[in-house]
Amino acid sequence: MNFDFSDDQKLLRDQARKFLFDKCDRKSVRTILDDDQLHYHKELWSQISEMGWTGTAIPEEYGGLGLGMLELCVIAEELGRSLAPTPFSSSIYLFAEFIKNYGSEDQKKKFLPLIASGEKIGTFALSETNGTPKPSNVKTEYSSEKINGYKSPVSDGETADYLIIAANSDNKGNRNSLSLYIIDLHQDGVSKTSLETIDPTRPACSIKFENVKAELLGEQGMAWDMTENIFNRAAVLYSFEQVGGAQVSLDEAKKYSMERFAFGRQIGSFQALKHKMADMYVKIELARSNAYYGAWALSTDSNELPVAAAGARVSASDAFNYAAKENIQIHGGVGFTWDYDCHLFYRRSKLLSLNIGSTRQWKENLISNLEKRNIV
Amino acid sequence: MDFNDSQQEAAFRKEARDFLEANAEKRSIISDKPNDKSPQIAVAGAPETVKGGKEAAQEALERAKVWQKKKAEAGFAAILWPKEFGGYGGSPIQQVIYSQEEHDYLVPSGYFEIGIGMLGPTMMVWGKDEDKKRYLPKMITGEEIWCQLFSEPSAGSDLAGIKMKAEKDGDEWVLNGQKVWTSGAHFADYGMIVARSDPSALKHKGLTYFYLDMKTPGIEVRPIKQISGTSNFNEVFFNDVRIPDSQRLGGEGEGWKVALTTLMNERLAVGDPPGLDFDQIFEATKELEVEDGLAIKNSEVRQKMADWYVQSRGLQYTKFRSITALSKGQTPGPELSISKLVTASKMQDVSAYALELMDSSGMVHHDQNPVLKNLFQNGYFFSAAMRIAGGTDEVLRNIIAERVLGLPQDERADKKVPFNELPSGKN
Repeated sequence: MNFDFSDDQKLLRDQARKFLFDKCDRKSVRTILDDDQLHYHKELWSQISEMGWTGTAIPEEYGGLGLGMLELCVIAEELGRSLAPTPFSSSIYLFAEFIKNYGSEDQKKKFLPLIASGEKIGTFALSETNGTPKPSNVKTEYSSEKINGYKSPVSDGETADYLIIAANSDNKGNRNSLSLYIIDLHQDGVSKTSLETIDPTRPACSIKFENVKAELLGEQGMAWDMTENIFNRAAVLYSFEQVGGAQVSLDEAKKYSMERFAFGRQIGSFQALKHKMADMYVKIELARSNAYYGAWALSTDSNELPVAAAGARVSASDAFNYAAKENIQIHGGVGFTWDYDCHLFYRRSKLLSLNIGSTRQWKENLISNLEKRNIV
Repeated sequence: MDFNDSQQEAAFRKEARDFLEANAEKRSIISDKPNDKSPQIAVAGAPETVKGGKEAAQEALERAKVWQKKKAEAGFAAILWPKEFGGYGGSPIQQVIYSQEEHDYLVPSGYFEIGIGMLGPTMMVWGKDEDKKRYLPKMITGEEIWCQLFSEPSAGSDLAGIKMKAEKDGDEWVLNGQKVWTSGAHFADYGMIVARSDPSALKHKGLTYFYLDMKTPGIEVRPIKQISGTSNFNEVFFNDVRIPDSQRLGGEGEGWKVALTTLMNERLAVGDPPGLDFDQIFEATKELEVEDGLAIKNSEVRQKMADWYVQSRGLQYTKFRSITALSKGQTPGPELSISKLVTASKMQDVSAYALELMDSSGMVHHDQNPVLKNLFQNGYFFSAAMRIAGGTDEVLRNIIAERVLGLPQDERADKKVPFNELPSGKN
């Protein structure tokens, strides 16, 4: 049995950790948090693009490094640890994966090199209303070669050059009416409205489309199936980000509890706090193991992916949400100040657990995929 | 990343599987054995509960001994032990592979694990050569069963608070006091015991460790009836029990150090508990009806099931991470320290929720209960014990906090005070 990352992958992890420790400290995260006009850390983005991280899992023929999904998992964990304020997840886990898996040869040639180099940023949008996205909630339409409609929230929409959306390609209003379209956001008829998010280091906007040009991605009427598959792939990567964030939340809670004295002793010596941190550890280890399994399924194109991805996602959301909120609790009063970093993780944990579908939704996915697997 | 065995591992697995296939019966997800009252969980050696009183218990013990002998002859009874004592001389990964395979079969468990897993290894470290030669081989074959006499009424989580008196009288020691929670004392032939030889020394310094014949005059074993209605544990009373000094393991006052050898092996000895997990409740929800149809179609049920699934598989994959380290000849990280903590509470939650789903028929705890053979009723009781036996949830959290995370120890009132001056709440 070899249920672990390789030595090369661990080396990549060490390098990524060291790099982000230097270049993505809390101060740089906060420059994005504090400034409404900044949507991501441009300098960091160009540095990680230069190192090829954006092209990690993109084949060499399309300008990527041609490494595998496991390497991308390794990088995801480090981005999660450092709270990197970049559109990496939107552009790489979603946009690039959609193109890579469903794009025509021409589309791959056109988009992937630009995404791999970090020169252009892509994203994906499904949601138009509050609540769980479902086919009948998609009102955006494609007809006479033009898109009309609205998407919100669109993660990294402000910075994105390209957007993939689901839109109705016929009038039936069901799952098979939906197709995916690629939109160049630099055109007339695209209007963006900024939205404030619970984690401003991961911004979103709403976008209105009026007679906007678009090209079909993949097979007509298959938007929902393709989206489910790409969300499964992305869920594994998100889970690594979440595990990374959860681990740092625990590390910082622990550090503070050993420095802070009350009643004449380190607060970390009180069992009420120790047990909280032990529970964080338990959830994180379960999440890490579930994420590993997701990584295995992702990297081997296993039939297990839908179950493995949902398991990883549910477990990681639970771990990060718990670790982030209890990190504030362990810090006491300073934990809910702007100056201390606890809220950065608290914000990020909730945002990540909502970004490609809520925990509730992923629990439902998990059980329905288990049912399907049992029938097969 | 892969889940494949190496060539040697695959060969060993085949050897184990062939042996099991030829000698044991496969386990189904929900066992339909009529005697299967408990969800067959080996917590620190609690044997499968057997209904039908003493005779049935005796028969079950005999069956277990027959099985153990076969297993020993095939070499699988003590895979980690050196060959000179009858072991397989194998590696931890081989032990894991055998356990994985055995997990799929209905075989007796709970009689020999404490001896082979904990007490034998203690004797190997601290015993004299002639003791090792005399006792260890019979421990493996199941001819002689051993029990561990550590806990006392006032020494549970605080194990070093032992009060059992050991007074030296010439070449002998005289033991007086009481042990409790002793698994298998009612059928054990021998035991290992920690006692207080010097009450005026510091708590951890005044202890001495012995082994003894359970038939020694003055020992009285009384089973403890548990909330499950069964008795896996005992109280053991010592009344002027005289044992020779030659049965001491380690020096006088070194008992704690010897006991730590035993306890270090505990994690390896406590088996992988099969029987009541996500898979069982998943099956149950496909049969049970709630107000809007089958339970599995109810969204609240599905949300809860997802939580248990990720706990269950998360543990399984955590084990895979540890096995990977073993397979590479490395020491696994501390990740498996979460195992019992998660398992016990999960079992309690799953059982209690399954009873809820059964609605009023969940009240029925009887062999005729048509629903899933009482699995969840048994689990409801068993899991309460499991959260305590072999380290309570609270002790396990302390261990994770202090040894894994490196958090400071709690302030302690018992570190610098002679044992007989410590407050005990009883003086």
